Amino acid sequence: MARIDRELDARRLLCPLPVIRAQDAIADMRSGERLRVVATDPGVKNDIPAWCRINGHKVESMDERDDEIVLIIEVEGFGAPAFTDH
Amino acid sequence: MSTQAKAVSLVSGGLDSMLATRAIMDQGIHVEGINFFTGFCVEGHTHAIRQEDRQKPKRNNALWVAEQLGIKLHIVDVIEEYKDVLLNPRHGYGQNMNPCLDCKGFMVRKAYEWIQQNDFDFIITGEVLGQRPMSQRKDTMPVVQRESGAGDLLLRPLCAKHLPPTLPEREGWVERDKLFAFNGRSRKPQMALAQEYGFTDYATPAGGCCFLTDKAYSEKLVDMWQHRSSRDYQLDDIMLLKVGRHLRPRPHFKMIISREEGEGKFLEGYRKQFLHLRTHSHAGPLVLIDGEVSDDDIHLAARIAARYGQGRDAEQVEIEVIALDEQHQMLQVRPFGQDEISPKWRV
Ligand code: SF4
Repeated sequence: MARIDRELDARRLLCPLPVIRAQDAIADMRSGERLRVVATDPGVKNDIPAWCRINGHKVESMDERDDEIVLIIEVEGFGAPAFTDH
Repeated sequence: MSTQAKAVSLVSGGLDSMLATRAIMDQGIHVEGINFFTGFCVEGHTHAIRQEDRQKPKRNNALWVAEQLGIKLHIVDVIEEYKDVLLNPRHGYGQNMNPCLDCKGFMVRKAYEWIQQNDFDFIITGEVLGQRPMSQRKDTMPVVQRESGAGDLLLRPLCAKHLPPTLPEREGWVERDKLFAFNGRSRKPQMALAQEYGFTDYATPAGGCCFLTDKAYSEKLVDMWQHRSSRDYQLDDIMLLKVGRHLRPRPHFKMIISREEGEGKFLEGYRKQFLHLRTHSHAGPLVLIDGEVSDDDIHLAARIAARYGQGRDAEQVEIEVIALDEQHQMLQVRPFGQDEISPKWRV
């Protein structure tokens, strides 16, 4: 399993707060590092990938179980150009 | 100045800021978006709470606009700082609890701080002269420039031709001739420009960008302040005003009653902070009690709670009361009839 460099518990936060918290966490991370976000607002399924696309990061995976959404974000995804995958 | 001029655009998610941003991008300026989260933004919240709305596709309009334009978006949490704007607006409130003029000044000031920290050159907004009664009048537009500190680094591309030239125009970073002279409440010029730019899907223009322009919401906010010793608030307080049915049967306590499953789930998250009631014998709402209550008050609340559950026509309904120390108590109550719920209790 890929290494996780930082965890973000965004449970019970409503959008856009999970996005803001992810953005602020990523601001302190280095390229290639991975952030794992756990959230409960279904809005994150759209908003975090959208935020990552426009800022050039890569959502490696997004899983949903028992009302929890778990996303793994790779900071400044390798070679993934922003704005192309939608 | 950097070789390519850089502007930050206040992106709300609506059409106007989208057009203003595009107009400046078309002039070869590097633009990034900024969006402020005050806690009152219409974006996101309630549609994430109600079950019926959970099924609908959701998007954050500011993010969506940024993606359409191909620009970065910085979302800034200003919940704490915004309190002072809402609680002590120098220019007062609009029709409801919306302090629009102070709010605009505050946001432009935050954007001004941001450009200084990030080495950007100027700020753009999608304001249109005469469009909003409070913040977008000829006499109030300079107020935002002055009070924010941004002065003539604030450019409003959609109505720039009605206003004195700003620094980006005077310096030739942008051509004034290519800016616009929109004026008034008509949306036609915006629609036409949207068509010209090929924008077909954009958020419908609404009365305001936040819950503070909403009458029902503002009434709940005022009620909350009137019944507390201080007007200070936490994010949870203002979130809870967006959820459920609010009844105040006695001045010293309020009931927040879930109206459907999604709201029930959301209120569940507050169980540890509030004394709460559940209907045990029938399906029914989750009810949070905000305030200090006596046994009599709890009995009254239980009868009201029973009214909003499936046992409303039953002789007796069993209500479970869970105190803050997690002590449970069962009450057998007769549900209130429809006419026993005073309309005056509704907040
Ligand atoms: S509608 Fe709300 S967010 Fe928009 S300017 Fe007025 S107070 Fe500020």
